[in-house]
Amino acid sequence: MDPSAVIRAERLTRRFGGRPGHEAVRGIDLAVRRGELFALLGTNGAGKTSVLEVLAGLARPTSGSVQVLGHDPFRARRLIRSRIGIMLQARGFAADLTVAETTKAWAGTLTRPRPVGEVLELVGLTSRRQVRIRQLSGGEQQRLGLALAILGQPEVLFLDEPTAGLDPAARKHTWQLISELLHSGTTVLLTTHQLAEAAELADRLAILRSGRIVGFGTPEQIAATRPARISFRLATASPLPSLPGVVASVNGSAVVLDTEDLQGTLSAVLAWADACGVRLHELVARPASLEEAYLAIAETGDEVAA
Amino acid sequence: MSAVARIGSLGRAEGVLLWRNAVMILTALLLPVGATLVLRSSPELQDVVGEGSGAAVVTAVTVVALDLFVYYQLVTALVARREELVLKRLRTGEMSDLEILAGAAMPSAMIAWTQIALSAVAAALWFTLDAPVNLLLVLVAVLLGTLVFVLLAAASTALAPTVDVAQVVTAPVMFVLLTLSGLYVPLADLPGPLEHIGRVLPLTPVVDLLRLGLSGITRDGGTVGLAGSLAHAVPAVLLLLGWVALGAWATRRWFRWEPRR
Repeated sequence: MDPSAVIRAERLTRRFGGRPGHEAVRGIDLAVRRGELFALLGTNGAGKTSVLEVLAGLARPTSGSVQVLGHDPFRARRLIRSRIGIMLQARGFAADLTVAETTKAWAGTLTRPRPVGEVLELVGLTSRRQVRIRQLSGGEQQRLGLALAILGQPEVLFLDEPTAGLDPAARKHTWQLISELLHSGTTVLLTTHQLAEAAELADRLAILRSGRIVGFGTPEQIAATRPARISFRLATASPLPSLPGVVASVNGSAVVLDTEDLQGTLSAVLAWADACGVRLHELVARPASLEEAYLAIAETGDEVAA
Repeated sequence: MSAVARIGSLGRAEGVLLWRNAVMILTALLLPVGATLVLRSSPELQDVVGEGSGAAVVTAVTVVALDLFVYYQLVTALVARREELVLKRLRTGEMSDLEILAGAAMPSAMIAWTQIALSAVAAALWFTLDAPVNLLLVLVAVLLGTLVFVLLAAASTALAPTVDVAQVVTAPVMFVLLTLSGLYVPLADLPGPLEHIGRVLPLTPVVDLLRLGLSGITRDGGTVGLAGSLAHAVPAVLLLLGWVALGAWATRRWFRWEPRR
């Protein structure tokens, strides 16, 4: 286990509702390094929020241990809360306060608050300062939640589905903001069910399924667990050369080759086409995407760890 | 950043929310003034209240303020914040659980104390309000009384899944506490079991302490001075401390920070 880790979990489990109850988290080990963005990726019900709540010290694990900044985040809440920020999916705002009132009241409870105006500017709510919460859209409330989470200048930021329900422009804006926080040295742990979000932001990620980590590593490492793919169409049906280690599927004129050695296979295919004078239409050669790896893991139940 | 500053910041926000609840504010202001004017306009009522009617006004308003504005108002506010998930979010921040409760309770306590102060002014203006026999006992009655009802309000939220249910649950509690407090009907006049129950309920020691502190009237109707008032106050203070302990235990045991899933 990495001793420099900012967030560390060992054999973490979490069970709901007595015996036998529902085991939402089934033995998770992870270590988040200082300054990185670590994503917990998974479908709804995979246990992402349950894990995040325990890591952030909002709930006690059923078994196993958690350390954040060197302390138990649940028992030593007082010691670390001024250094972490938490954004939950549940917004939890009083409907009859304005944006500015809500933010000021929160700033008044923090050790090192940033200026309220500055943070509202960052999340794009400056023009909505005097508006009551009940009149905000869901996306605006979501951004206000992010504003409060970063108001205390946290070293470690926990974000539970920070862009769920945002329109594409607002999502981009939030991604940009998170990237800026990373540049300034903040460590971020976020949950998401959107692959694109994990691929865009995460330095490393863990794929969760049924409370277990079934994939772990950088997006490239996880993608690399799946074969690369070459595809093209043939104008005339020609017999393919023998390509060792390649899984070929031919459907009419369409050919798909899955290979562990993209460069070698591609060279062989091009050499064959040259030699035989075959034209390859719509030729595409690319490594596996995170999405393919994710779907493969989700569908087949494969487990990968880089 | 001190605990006091954090509680103050949350308390101010809660105060703004309360201020936007026009009905509650109007009731809060009308209660002490109205009670005083009603009493003044009715010679019959004044006969019942008897001498030192200014003290009786202050006692009545204090008891109703604790019952209605600390207990009832706070149960409603806490349930509303819990269901809005405000309490859940507050727990993601730097405040301790106790600070969150204190901040949420601050406006209720402020309103009650303002009402008590207003009633004292009104009583002094329109009735005879002599200097209290033992001001310390009056302050103890108000402060301990507030603490007891804040804790009982917090514990009572466990019984109410919604604000509507909260109002249904708290109404009978308020009524029973008020009726059996000895404020209107002397407890000695009640049937045996009711009298015994009334003696240990939490509003009763508040009434006892206020009568003792304001006018030197003991539970059995005697009159004492400053020196004698302290000894007579001991049972009531102990009873209130007992309720503080019970309320704190019940709150720790049953208070929930988020809605039941």
